[in-house]
Amino acid sequence: MPSAGRNDPGQPLPILQGHASPGRLERVLRSGKFAVTAEIAPPDAADAEAVYRRASEFDGCVDAINATDGSGANCHMSSVGVCSLLTRKGYAMVMQVSCRDRNRIAIQGDVLGAAAMGVTNILCLTGDGVQAGDQPDAKPVFDLDGISLLQTVTAMRDQGEFLSGRKLTTPPRVFLGAAANPFVPPLDYRPVRLEKKINAGAQFVQTQYCFDLEQLRNYMVRVRDLGLIERCYILVGVGPMPSARTAAWIRDKVPGVHIPDAVIKRLLDARDQREEGVRICIEMIQAVREIEGVHGVHIMAYKQEERVREIVAESGVLEGRAPWYPGVDNGH
Amino acid sequence: MYVLRQWSVRNSRKLEWLYQCFEGILIALHPFWLWMGYNRIERPIRAVERSVKQFMFDCRMCGSCVLSQTGMSCPMNCPKELRNGPCGGVRSDGYCEVDPKMRCVWVDAWEGSQRMRDQTRIALVQPPLAQGYRGHSSWLREVRKKRDLRFFRRGT
Repeated sequence: MPSAGRNDPGQPLPILQGHASPGRLERVLRSGKFAVTAEIAPPDAADAEAVYRRASEFDGCVDAINATDGSGANCHMSSVGVCSLLTRKGYAMVMQVSCRDRNRIAIQGDVLGAAAMGVTNILCLTGDGVQAGDQPDAKPVFDLDGISLLQTVTAMRDQGEFLSGRKLTTPPRVFLGAAANPFVPPLDYRPVRLEKKINAGAQFVQTQYCFDLEQLRNYMVRVRDLGLIERCYILVGVGPMPSARTAAWIRDKVPGVHIPDAVIKRLLDARDQREEGVRICIEMIQAVREIEGVHGVHIMAYKQEERVREIVAESGVLEGRAPWYPGVDNGH
Repeated sequence: MYVLRQWSVRNSRKLEWLYQCFEGILIALHPFWLWMGYNRIERPIRAVERSVKQFMFDCRMCGSCVLSQTGMSCPMNCPKELRNGPCGGVRSDGYCEVDPKMRCVWVDAWEGSQRMRDQTRIALVQPPLAQGYRGHSSWLREVRKKRDLRFFRRGT
């Protein structure tokens, strides 16, 4: 029998003691399990079916789905739109909010709307610069930054008020996340910056693509020394590279992605580069799981979403656990 | 001027000291400012502040100066005007994602802050910028704020 409310955002799960949100991602993380999230590619189409189709690729293998907000400063369906569609089906969403395109008034309004629709996780981002995307003549807003956005939403949830101090009648019950990039300068400052984000309200972080284990380990040593792993859940970003050429292109063109030469060489030498990319990704997931303080992975498999299920299964990180998805209760 | 801005970051500790002395003088002059009227002196002080800070830090007159918390590297020179630290797009050589010819102002800020007496101030969370203060003197606002605070402490 389908349990009442599990897939109905109008009747969310009860909020457990000590939890910020009713969401499943927070439950998984707080119960000490290794969490898996994945990024959905929003369509360039006014088409709900396209969104549902893409989300169903992740059925049963992820704990939450990230809806990107104009990632890389390219225009796609908005994160609010994608979340609105997918929460209807009961998916656990991580709504990404970038500061590039909207000011504080628009963002606070979106947070309320999203939480009302059933979004239980919000990822606060600064956002890529407009120069990175297909419309570089756009006006960059950046009225808030990632950290002041965290602070703003935290105050909305915990104090129940807007930035102006005006009261909310129902605060948004959301689990708050931030992004971290341990792989770009100033490297010494990155752990301090993570602490700053936690102080501003971050409860989980999802990192940029990790291809350099050594650098991640060094970062995690500092993060542990600062006592941050007790205060925040860390999900490491991973993803399969389809070819050496794409990997080199991403390294050179996409801001903030660090790919060591050894990885590109391994892809280059492989007989089937696409398979090798998946292999590297699986090995990376297994390796980061062994690092103390890593609580999960965030899979960004751009244009290879259909491989996520296999990557998660082969990595074995779910340990037989099957995350809920719409329809599972009815035996679909 | 970019070269001078870089010099300011390298000499952040001296500038920190210099500003503290200068701020002391401004605060000591509070009765005089009051007599002149803060509104009346806003324009001339603003003109001085703008020219000095533009020359030394490429100041954008955001009106809410945080130089002493950012290693004397003005965060408003960041193309995203980030006031809480670097974005994730910094290039591997420490240059800006948006403007590859400019060093990331936060790479500079981190180095500058580590030369200063109080190295922990860079970890303070900055609230969203009050857009209404743009173009106004941040010296005078600081002086008034600190003066009021002192007066308040003495009074209680």
